[in-house]
Amino acid sequence: MTLPTLDVVDLSRLQFAATALYHFIFVPLTLGLSWILVICETVYVMTGREIYKDMTRFWGKLFGINFALGVATGITMEFQFGTNWAYYSHYVGDIFGVPLAVEALMAFFLEATFVGLFFFGWDRMSKTKHLMVTFLVAFGSNLSALWILVANGWMQHPVGAEFNFETMRMELTSIADVIFNPVAQVKFVHTLAAGYVAASMFVLGISAWYLLKARDTSFALRSFAVAAGFGLASTLSVIVLGDESGYTIGESQKVKMAAIEAEWETQEAPASITLFGIPNQEEQRTDYAIKMPWMLGMIATRSLDGEVMGIRELKEVHRANILEGMQAYGAMQKLRAGDTTPAVRTEFDEHKKNLGYALLLKKYTEHVTDATPAQIQSAVDDSIPRVAPLFFAFRIMVGLGFFFLLMFGAAFYLLVSKKLAPQRWFLKLATWSIPLPFIAIMAGWIVAEYGRQPWTIAGVLPTFLSVSDLSLSQVWFSLIGLVLVYAVLLTIEMWLMLKFIRLGPASLHTGRYHGETPAHGETPARGEDVPAVTPHPALS
Amino acid sequence: MFDYETLKIIWWVLMVTLLLGFALTGGFDLGVATLLPWVGRTDDERRVAIGTIHATWEGNQTWLITFGGALFAAWPLVYAAGFSVLYIALIFTLFALFLRPLGFDYRDKLKSPRWRNNWDWGLFVGGAFPALVFGVAIGNLFLGLPFTFNADMRISYQGGFFGLFSPFGVFCGVLGLAMLALHGAAWMHLRTDEIVQSRARRATIVLGLGVAVLFAIGGWWMQYIPGLRVDTIGDLNRALTPFAKTVSAAPGAWLDNMHSMKWVWLAPVAGIAGALLAALGAARRSGWTGLAGSSMAVTGIIVTAGLALFPFVLPSSSSPVSSLTAWDAVSSKKTLGIMLMVVTVMLPIIAVYTAWAYRIMRGTITLAHVRDEDRAAY
Repeated sequence: MTLPTLDVVDLSRLQFAATALYHFIFVPLTLGLSWILVICETVYVMTGREIYKDMTRFWGKLFGINFALGVATGITMEFQFGTNWAYYSHYVGDIFGVPLAVEALMAFFLEATFVGLFFFGWDRMSKTKHLMVTFLVAFGSNLSALWILVANGWMQHPVGAEFNFETMRMELTSIADVIFNPVAQVKFVHTLAAGYVAASMFVLGISAWYLLKARDTSFALRSFAVAAGFGLASTLSVIVLGDESGYTIGESQKVKMAAIEAEWETQEAPASITLFGIPNQEEQRTDYAIKMPWMLGMIATRSLDGEVMGIRELKEVHRANILEGMQAYGAMQKLRAGDTTPAVRTEFDEHKKNLGYALLLKKYTEHVTDATPAQIQSAVDDSIPRVAPLFFAFRIMVGLGFFFLLMFGAAFYLLVSKKLAPQRWFLKLATWSIPLPFIAIMAGWIVAEYGRQPWTIAGVLPTFLSVSDLSLSQVWFSLIGLVLVYAVLLTIEMWLMLKFIRLGPASLHTGRYHGETPAHGETPARGEDVPAVTPHPALS
Repeated sequence: MFDYETLKIIWWVLMVTLLLGFALTGGFDLGVATLLPWVGRTDDERRVAIGTIHATWEGNQTWLITFGGALFAAWPLVYAAGFSVLYIALIFTLFALFLRPLGFDYRDKLKSPRWRNNWDWGLFVGGAFPALVFGVAIGNLFLGLPFTFNADMRISYQGGFFGLFSPFGVFCGVLGLAMLALHGAAWMHLRTDEIVQSRARRATIVLGLGVAVLFAIGGWWMQYIPGLRVDTIGDLNRALTPFAKTVSAAPGAWLDNMHSMKWVWLAPVAGIAGALLAALGAARRSGWTGLAGSSMAVTGIIVTAGLALFPFVLPSSSSPVSSLTAWDAVSSKKTLGIMLMVVTVMLPIIAVYTAWAYRIMRGTITLAHVRDEDRAAY
């Protein structure tokens, strides 16, 4: 049987990237907004002030509009490993399937069951019970992220598993290793915090817009305050924990680190960091580099004498791995042919940790063990991802991270010192900043996943072997179909979202907000806005 | 704890259980959405129908997500081969499933009749199409799906999308659709009033009788369909690949288990009796009897399909030896053991809070209340 053509591989990758990134527009907002709902509702339960219930319900409406698409696009993700990555599913399902199944059982069930009660249960249970429901939605969605990132962390750093030649797949040896995988743990906190930043900027930006329009100011100021506080704490964590993830990459994912830093050759310790430049893959150097001494070594190794391995040296390591993998592959063929003598077994067990590297040769020769030096060289070159996309994506992410720190810091300061009102430029900037966390998150996704290439499972299974043997027309059909359907869905979602943002808390029909005439004899509650007439004290 | 062979059997039972979890709860949502154009002629009527499911459908759908995840973890070969061989059908199913969260969440956000009507059609497609495809897929299990494993365990495919729609495949699709519609009808009969309830009642009677007849025809049809049987297989207590067995095909072989084990007959009997009970319950205006009947029918029919195929779970039409069974499609012993522990702890917890959620949302959705609420809610 021939291997799938590269076009099918490329299209499947494109489809996965498109659907994963698209899914990940909605997930971060769910992760963070759910806690903002918990914060608002907790204040409501503790103080009994209706405005906090209104805040919970209004931001909850936007949460719901977003959540629907998160759920819809999540189903694609779960189907897609099987539909498009059948060999991957067979090869690592024994390990990778576990966190996905546990995610559904432990987390998604919780989130999905209680989200309905969040929306429809306001009048059917006590305040405290409803708060508990909201908390469980937040807890469930965040726990969901834990298991997904345990799965993803295993792709980056596959621990607790080994290859079984009888079943031709990786099998679990230690579930504890998989769950407590340091890469997964770091990714989890970094990703969660990034989601919180996105949600905080969302609430901050929309509240700022209401403040600019001098409408629903009491509602907007309180929301602004929640977002500023939550956002500041989250941005600090995202940066601090981002540094942590730099550290573990240095330990277990040297290639990604080298590519992010365009570290073509190992520098003498402590290595300097390249702030900016244009990576040149052909000539293996960085043009116009601006460097800062010592910093890379300190960030990556936490020392002044640890080395960060460069791409040239990594390639030599990979060459050795490929040669060893070829021995493992040869031994495996004998074992599978029935020659299970102890000598062959020992040979296989000794070298099998690099079996994956031999599979890189499958692109050039079906038999692997007969690879020519030129073919081995090609496989070595394949073992490093393209540097430029990683180099730039990483800098976009980090740059935006520091920008968010300034934004939330300023928001917090201006709010506390009651200087928010004159700073119309800041309010405008906050509104325009709403999309930026999503860009940072996508850049981060590119660093993590594009940086993993050429592997689906680092060092274990190359991407080009992972795909289903579909026909080109099938993948074209699904790719075009998904892109078109997603475009329509996103248009509807954005339209509805903007409509409700414009309506503001008046969409709750309490009769207390902008543009509403108090109906049914309701009067504005004490301390609430009289719609758009008197500015809030903090603004005047 | 358990030996590998026992774990393999337990996981067959668990996979059927998870599928039943989806059919019995998600079946409300697929069924109600399928019947939406018939039970609800006006917006208020449709809001009554949707009101019986809109707070709980999301949790119900999680059974499907869990089934997919468990398939990946416990039967990775079935997940890999099944999902990729059904590629186009599943992509279409995905498109249909997208319509549900959006339909449920967005339709009531605006008052425009056009907006609501469009989403109602979306919900109809999102309910009827997946129900149909699930039935067609199960029907095609009996005919076999066109996939072949090679020695490296790569899968290749020989058939296309339209090959699924053979007479028997379409027949099973119709049966699946009717079965889930029956379940949705019985649910609405229990939970609504006035005109919606009387339409749901009529639907329960018609569908109950229809499902009983269709299912009986399916059983009769089965004897003419070439089934597979395992002739020899390696040690069930060891890790096996599909190539460790020999398989032969014979017409009517899917009835082997019925002949060799008499208790298996309980399943099809429950399927037919349940469907008739649902119709009887509706005729006598007992919502609970109707629901008990439809639940029994759904359970009986799905368990019948599972037991008839056993030990096969994904037969291949193009390479019988590539067929996957409960013995050779499974994860390692370690993974099956760990997943069993997780399921044993989590399923009762899920059952308890799901029951609580249903309890909170209990009660009849009355037309009067829905009319009244419209003013306040949106």
